[in-house]
Amino acid sequence: MIEENPRARSLVLDVPAWAGHRAGQHLDVRLTAEDGYQAQRSFSIASPPEQPTVELTVDPIEDGEVSPYLTQAVRAGDELEVRGPIGGPFTWTVDDGGPLLLLGGGSGLVPLMAMLRHRAARESTIETRALISVRTATDALYRRELAELGPREGLEVRWTYTRTAPPGWDGWRGRVSAEMLELLGSPAAPQARPRVFVCGPTGFVEHVATLLVDAGHDPARVRTERFGPS
Amino acid sequence: MAPITRGFLGRRPDVDPTRIPPGQYFERGFPVLSAGPTPRPDLAAWSFTIDGAVGRSASWSWDDFMALPKETFTVDIHCVTKWSKLDTAWGGVSLDTLLDGVETQAEYVTAWSEGGYTTNVPLADLRGGRAWVAYEYDGAPLEPEHGGPARLLVPHLYFWKSAKWVRGLTVTVQDQPGFWEQNGYHNYGDPWREQRYWSD
Ligand SMILES: Cc1cc2nc3c(=O)[nH]c(=O)nc-3n(C[C@H](O)[C@H](O)[C@H](O)COP(=O)(O)OP(=O)(O)OC[C@H]3O[C@@H](n4cnc5c(N)ncnc54)[C@H](O)[C@@H]3O)c2cc1C
Repeated sequence: MIEENPRARSLVLDVPAWAGHRAGQHLDVRLTAEDGYQAQRSFSIASPPEQPTVELTVDPIEDGEVSPYLTQAVRAGDELEVRGPIGGPFTWTVDDGGPLLLLGGGSGLVPLMAMLRHRAARESTIETRALISVRTATDALYRRELAELGPREGLEVRWTYTRTAPPGWDGWRGRVSAEMLELLGSPAAPQARPRVFVCGPTGFVEHVATLLVDAGHDPARVRTERFGPS
Repeated sequence: MAPITRGFLGRRPDVDPTRIPPGQYFERGFPVLSAGPTPRPDLAAWSFTIDGAVGRSASWSWDDFMALPKETFTVDIHCVTKWSKLDTAWGGVSLDTLLDGVETQAEYVTAWSEGGYTTNVPLADLRGGRAWVAYEYDGAPLEPEHGGPARLLVPHLYFWKSAKWVRGLTVTVQDQPGFWEQNGYHNYGDPWREQRYWSD
């Protein structure tokens, strides 16, 4: 168990006979109560294919059935039933090439993190721009790791705070805007035909995907994954 | 028998459990699953077409479509991402109306959408008052993120079969797996038999 922020936890799973996955895929986690009642939910895989264990990062929903169990009740050594990996269109490997444009809202960063970790594990210098939108600094995931992630060559990670920025912050604030997308630079411009992955709550994905298409990105190169209800 | 998850109590839904298929949970919101950006179609250029292995293809403009007999209906929907939503109220045209007069020996249909999405459904599943092209949700025009201006609605199959932004049906002799069906999801997708993935 890894504490990512005051609420979110990463679970490191040792899955017997794990056949490997592609960055961006998810797992189904199924919980079974003593009377046989079951609940299952999907969680993106945060770890890169190069890592032998499978890592999930769960950002709990208040009053949720499954996510608070995973962040508060699960202890190291517990057994969980998982199924996967699942998902085809929302995946990327270094062999697909770039440039890569990643846009994450809240826990939507998780599958994008798998892509960034995979890029790092392969020591790829593919031009990559990431823009992560979070409400406050305490909602942010993987901040330190992202600040240190290599190769630095070709990689730029930007944050925007929609509610409260950390003290002394002189970067972006507010929702992702057309201007922010433009300021990500030429590898992220429609002319560069980047592979674009957008993940987060439905409202975030709708907003950002519309901005991208309006800016001239080919809708066929924009892949989305929506986590929550609208 | 699945292993018991230590300390997991679960939250039994306060709805009739026989209406929730295995592995699904009861959801009050309306989540969205789509692989790409939401298209914003232009009604003046919109049409709905039935073609392929049919004697004569048919096509309706938006105005023609609105002039077809409208049905309102209330159904339960089940998404492969695990949520089920009960008693959702829709308005649209029954596939029985659209397929009336379509003569074919072919048994499969590929529904296709604005933006290139496809999904395959046996033709028989679209007949018999079990499928619609819906353009209203909860008494209001269907919103783009939920598939507006019009989406297929086949509520007895997992919801990805209910193609958003649907623009036509192509009747085929051979069954042709669609977008999610080529990406690991079950070819038929019966939620009551929990046919989620290829291996189910
Ligand atoms: C492909 C996929 C990948 C996912 N990956 C991750 C991941 O990596 N990390 C992660 O933390 N979650 C992820 N999710 C979301 C996760 O599957 C659950 O939906 C989430 O954890 C809530 O489950 P729950 O049982 O705790 O809440 P529930 O009991 O299902 O929901 C409680 C209430 O919260 C609402 N709600 C559910 N989800 C959200 C949401 N995201 N935002 C706001 N309200 C919500 C529901 O409408 C409901 O009213 C993913 C979802 C999908 C479809």
